[in-house]
Amino acid sequence: MTILELDHVSKSFGALKVTDDVSFTVAAGEALGIIGPNGAGKSTLFNLITGNLLSDRGSITLLGRDVTRISPMQRCLMGVGRSFQIPQPFSNLTVFENLVVAATHGRGLPEREVTDDCVRVLEQTELLARANQSAGSLSLLGRKRLELARAMATGPKLLLLDEIAGGLTEGECHALVDTIRAIHASGVTIVWIEHVLHALTSVVDRLLVLDFGRLIATGACDDVMARREVQEIYLGIDV
Amino acid sequence: MTHTVTTRTRASRLATIAAVLLIAAGLALPAFVDRSMIKDLFFILTMLTLAQYWNLLAGYGGLVSVGQQAFVGLGAYGLFGAAIVWGMDPVLALPLAGLFALAVAIPTAFFAFRLAGAYFAIGTWVVAEVVRLSIAQWKAVGGGTGTSLPRSVQADMTGTDFVGTLFGVRSAAAQDILSYWLALALAVATIGGIYLLLRSKAGLALAAVRDNAEAARAVGVDAGRMKWLVFLAASFGTGLTGALIYLQKGRISPEAAFSVTDWTAYVIFITVIGGIGTIEGPIIGILVFFVLQTLFADYGSTYLLALGMIGILVMLFAPRGIWGAITDRTGLQFFPIRRRLQKTPRPEP
Repeated sequence: MTILELDHVSKSFGALKVTDDVSFTVAAGEALGIIGPNGAGKSTLFNLITGNLLSDRGSITLLGRDVTRISPMQRCLMGVGRSFQIPQPFSNLTVFENLVVAATHGRGLPEREVTDDCVRVLEQTELLARANQSAGSLSLLGRKRLELARAMATGPKLLLLDEIAGGLTEGECHALVDTIRAIHASGVTIVWIEHVLHALTSVVDRLLVLDFGRLIATGACDDVMARREVQEIYLGIDV
Repeated sequence: MTHTVTTRTRASRLATIAAVLLIAAGLALPAFVDRSMIKDLFFILTMLTLAQYWNLLAGYGGLVSVGQQAFVGLGAYGLFGAAIVWGMDPVLALPLAGLFALAVAIPTAFFAFRLAGAYFAIGTWVVAEVVRLSIAQWKAVGGGTGTSLPRSVQADMTGTDFVGTLFGVRSAAAQDILSYWLALALAVATIGGIYLLLRSKAGLALAAVRDNAEAARAVGVDAGRMKWLVFLAASFGTGLTGALIYLQKGRISPEAAFSVTDWTAYVIFITVIGGIGTIEGPIIGILVFFVLQTLFADYGSTYLLALGMIGILVMLFAPRGIWGAITDRTGLQFFPIRRRLQKTPRPEP
């Protein structure tokens, strides 16, 4: 079953084409990695999928329904969860309350029904000990975990991760990857933008390479990384 | 282990008891104090209610309006219209006056929500001026010069006889006591209602939108609906309060009922020096404001200059207001909204 389908999607900011005729599909249960140099249009692509930006051309289909024009809020209710590249916690709320907002509004449930789920997500993302701490006081790793936890609390079918491993130490990164792998194993479809390649390839089945807004390669991780144009553009190696 | 969620603190338990005692004392007070004291308390309670609604708008909803006098005036004129034109009992017309303000708030929001920040503030002020000029054309309630509530209308108000008999006072004093009781009920309902809203799922969404609107939308919060909810609730409440204020005054004019100084500038002063974004803030703010007014109001423009100076000093040295400074030092919260996750041992089978 296809969970997400982009069909000839384009987006420009003025004269700058940030997404140029991109088409791909994501199957249910898949883990897809997106790579590309800075400014390749990766985060823009996420914003188009979540609805934070609207595409100029093309269509986006989510779970068989055309969502090209619908709001981020409705897409969240349909099952799209996302983490932001720069963590955006609700700083004045506690870690637990951050999850309660996501669980109640992202799934349309009353507050008393979400406590157990929120506790489970806090355990899964190793934030339970920090549940009553204000989100603004978390460390970088804590904030990254909170991004993941808050997205999970919305009960997503499709989880979009935007450079969640960036800026972490090797050990922190390892622990976070284990968490993401467990989330994927529980049946959540993942699309993950990441520069930390070894973290990415240890989870995803397939890679997609963007450059100047265009999709230039897609396929199994090793095949894609072995391709000459990918090495030239992405790794900057002159082969 | 299972987990439960609680918001209560020791201070909030004490506050609940204190609130019950205060309300009881407030109800019984007319038996012990004179009429001028009742009038002062009426002023304190109604200004507190206005400040709570402005705080809901600006402090919790991020909608900094300087046009709330529009809804005070609309509520007041709604009441006078219902009493004079339709001959309604003014006490029963109070909710209708709130609805009158609400009815104008809907198109206002439709236009004003296209503006943000300072533009929204100025936009609401412009709307208030337009409403004032329009109401001044309404001849049945005195046009530009205003009018008074007929004495017969006031004397026949629901509850006046009951209060008069209860306290053994004349009709005029009974009206003041009745207005005071209504103001007390409105202030209690407003504070209680706002507190319940903030503790609800919608209140949590408001806090999330205030912290980060983009992230709030990404987790399914309908930020637009939150703005509507807050704006309409504040307009209705402000209209109701305005109607009550002018029921007690008994005389109305467009200049007074749509005064930006009386119904918005003072209200902002009360909220900001007390502590914006807290329920406790306006309560502290109104007490400070009342003391200042009682002591210095006779000095005219010097008094206004002093109010401005105090406002500036508080913004410089305690930007979160007096109550903000107190909570920063003591952690005290009488109206806690923070949810705490607690472990509770699973009960024995």
